[in-house]
Amino acid sequence: MNKPYEAVGLTEKEYEKIIEYLGREPNETELSMYGVMWSEHCSYKHSRALFRHFPTSGKRVLQGPGENAGIIDIGDNLALVMKIESHNHPSAIEPYQGAATGVGGIIRDIFAMGARPVALLNSLRFGDIEKSERVKYLIDGVVAGIAGYGNCMGIPTAAGETYFNSCYDGNPLVNAMCVGIIEHDKIHRGNASGVGNSVMYVGAATGRDGMGGASFASVELTGESEEKKSAVQVGDPFMEKLLMEACLELLVTGSIVGLQDLGAAGLTSACCETAARGEGGMEIDVLKVPRREKGMLPVEVMISESQERMLLIVEKGREDEVKKTVEKWGLHAVTIGRVTDKGRLTVKEGDKTVADVPAYSLDSSGAPEYYREYEEPAYYQELKKFRPETAEEPKDYNKTMMELLTSPNLCSKEWIYKQYDHMVRTCTVVKPGSDAAVLRIRGSKKGIALTVDCNSRYCFLDPRAGSAIAVTEAARNLVCSGARPLAVTDGLNFGSPEKPDRFWQFREAVIGIGEACRELNTPVISGNVSFYNETATQAIYPTPVIGMAGLIEDIDKCCTMHFKDEGDIVILLGKTENELGGSEYLCRIHGIEKGAVPRLNFGLEKKLQAFILSAVNKGFLKSAHDVSDGGLAIALAECCMEKELGIKAELKSQLRTDAVLFSESQSRFVVSCSYETLAELRQFMAKLEIPYEILGRVTGDEFRLDINNKNIVALKVREMKEAWRGAFKCLMT
Amino acid sequence: MKFGVIVFPGSNCDIDCCHAVKDVLGREVEYVWHDAEELDDFDCIILPGGFSYGDYLRCGAVARFSRIMEAVRAHAAGGKPVIGICNGFQILTEAGLLPGALVRNKNLKFICDTVPLRVEANDTPFTGLYEKGEIINIPIAHGEGNYVVDEATLKKMKEKGQIIFTYVDNPNGSMENIAGVCNEEKNVLGMMPHPERACEEILGNTDGRRLFESIISALEGRLKDE
Repeated sequence: MNKPYEAVGLTEKEYEKIIEYLGREPNETELSMYGVMWSEHCSYKHSRALFRHFPTSGKRVLQGPGENAGIIDIGDNLALVMKIESHNHPSAIEPYQGAATGVGGIIRDIFAMGARPVALLNSLRFGDIEKSERVKYLIDGVVAGIAGYGNCMGIPTAAGETYFNSCYDGNPLVNAMCVGIIEHDKIHRGNASGVGNSVMYVGAATGRDGMGGASFASVELTGESEEKKSAVQVGDPFMEKLLMEACLELLVTGSIVGLQDLGAAGLTSACCETAARGEGGMEIDVLKVPRREKGMLPVEVMISESQERMLLIVEKGREDEVKKTVEKWGLHAVTIGRVTDKGRLTVKEGDKTVADVPAYSLDSSGAPEYYREYEEPAYYQELKKFRPETAEEPKDYNKTMMELLTSPNLCSKEWIYKQYDHMVRTCTVVKPGSDAAVLRIRGSKKGIALTVDCNSRYCFLDPRAGSAIAVTEAARNLVCSGARPLAVTDGLNFGSPEKPDRFWQFREAVIGIGEACRELNTPVISGNVSFYNETATQAIYPTPVIGMAGLIEDIDKCCTMHFKDEGDIVILLGKTENELGGSEYLCRIHGIEKGAVPRLNFGLEKKLQAFILSAVNKGFLKSAHDVSDGGLAIALAECCMEKELGIKAELKSQLRTDAVLFSESQSRFVVSCSYETLAELRQFMAKLEIPYEILGRVTGDEFRLDINNKNIVALKVREMKEAWRGAFKCLMT
Repeated sequence: MKFGVIVFPGSNCDIDCCHAVKDVLGREVEYVWHDAEELDDFDCIILPGGFSYGDYLRCGAVARFSRIMEAVRAHAAGGKPVIGICNGFQILTEAGLLPGALVRNKNLKFICDTVPLRVEANDTPFTGLYEKGEIINIPIAHGEGNYVVDEATLKKMKEKGQIIFTYVDNPNGSMENIAGVCNEEKNVLGMMPHPERACEEILGNTDGRRLFESIISALEGRLKDE
């Protein structure tokens, strides 16, 4: 590496483009600024072109992609702000701080819009927990990091998902999502508008931590990655709590024109993005930036990713007012520059100009954009051919059930979520462990339901169909809670876009998400792309994590998945087909990750979702749960756990027994209702032409499934629950 | 009758306490900033949960030096009720207003759960409306809730009836399953569990409500006496 641009991760062509923008060669500081801003992490240069596949607008969308976070209208002058972000590479190297700062970053994105954060979610992927001690170390650190940051902030971590697969052995995924609530007239944006307005810096001092984090995140992990620990930032949640309260208090005063968090690429990114969205120009002096280390070069100040810092654009003349409020919270605000209309980001060190570039050229509007070559990998057609019937049928289904219930992917994740304060703010109405978290909105009848979802095995076997299923399943989780799905934030985790087979996966996934979001009328309002999730030996499964939010009009009517009372009637909505391809059952019991993924029929799906929503609202249903990983048998077991109630079900089917129990056919729900409601519910189902099958009744303590009058499963719920709850702790020790 | 909720930098459950007192129980409540000097207007003081000063040195170890703590001390000395919940409990022990200390949970992890507690005494202004020996379910959320105290003090606490709540299934390693204690005069209570999280049907739990109702009832009696 002797070319200067290679050292900052750019290509010769990109270097030429910089020269074109500047009309000269960039100096070292400028080149480093382009290096971080034009990294994949900041510029989305490989992914941007594909985003036109996403629906991003709609009558409820108040802010689509391109800002710190997306905003969706939830009525009564209220809006929901949300975004998901990955912190994969830092967490692979330093799990506690990597995960903690991921949480810190996403919280800042939410309050940068002026909203108070009300919930955190996370989506985690790790390698084979049964084979690797390092995986346990990573889980321990990541969970403690998320807990350490979120708990201290006083924001409930209300929902999440955790999956294991050896494809994540060297490259875990840590995606954090944050949701905020805001009144329409309080919405702020990262705009540097008003020539002459002050640019103020508030929060932690700048150090050398997190240097070049954005570039680090934009290459594959190698053995040398360990040496780049300095690219991982260190979090201080107490500082962030003060910063959040100070900013929210400032926003009420009207002195703030815009605000922006300092995330990836630090000051460089915050300055050029706010400038590009505002009057187009900004001038700052690095000597005025508070530092915690001596002898920092201008370039280090500009690209440091020190945490817990914000940039404020303050109405000229009101700087002292801002300082006073900030000081109340024990922090300091300093003016580091001003807004200009010269179209340039000018960085000074005292009187000396150290960088002077067109502001827009740094940010994604000026960054290069690529449409990479893609190629369908051979495995796609090959693995599809697998016929699940060739797997040997289990002889003892009681044993199979217990094996599945205690498997890493299906067992209770209470070991994880009990480390998160999920009740602080006393708004959590449905806690972790159901289909979606439900939170009330204080001072309103309304509530919100939140979920994150992705079955990455499906996405590997068929990225387009698998991604559409991820969106659809997220929506199912919400309607089961009684919420109307409103919008999506997506965390797209993939391998290297520079490899045609990986880029094919990405392209297919984006198309699949776009299609499903259009069908379900849930626009994508924000998101994040994380490429290069691979090591020398393997890439991760494509993992497009779907974060979705829904609205509950009347919080008293929300619903959970748990069976409520003995004697209630249990009904399966939808139809079970012979669809074991890519199933959890095939993977866990037979060690096979092959086959065609289940088909998705949007017509039926929409009809069922509308039915569930309306049946919950009419008060017909006592519980509702979607059938997903592990199929019908696992879904039924999950409904039994909370209240330790059993079921006596009699199924009729022409399918092989393992398919009846574990097929993962889409568009299915398990619901329960009281015996008295049944007649009315049946009429309603008939009227809407809902395919259904009455399975049986909720009973005392026995989990009993008969198929075609033959007993197949007979287990004690108490024993199932004990094994299911205790499994994760056993795996960790 | 007016409640005051102290806000330290890093307090999180201040909003929840205010909500419980004001919106659920319909009583007057105000936030009090940590550098305020007096609390004369208030009848009951709540030190809420959270992570005051980040809890970086030791839970509550910095907050105890806040200016407001002198006023809290005076309020307690005047016989008026003071309740510290979670981080508030930690602050009260650090300030010497309550005996003992809170150390890391035995499993070294943060625990958030709803757990059964036994009400050990109802002769306090905080527990008057509970039955002695009653089992109530109250949420906990802490990393450092493992109560420790020296043997001599423990003995004295038992004699004076200062152990107010115990865990039915000890979640954190606390000595004698202790979840909440009071001072000798019984007007200062510290507890790790969060009664303010258990005051409403919609949250699935109302077992904590009677704690606030007990305080109100005790204060009403006291105000009448005056």
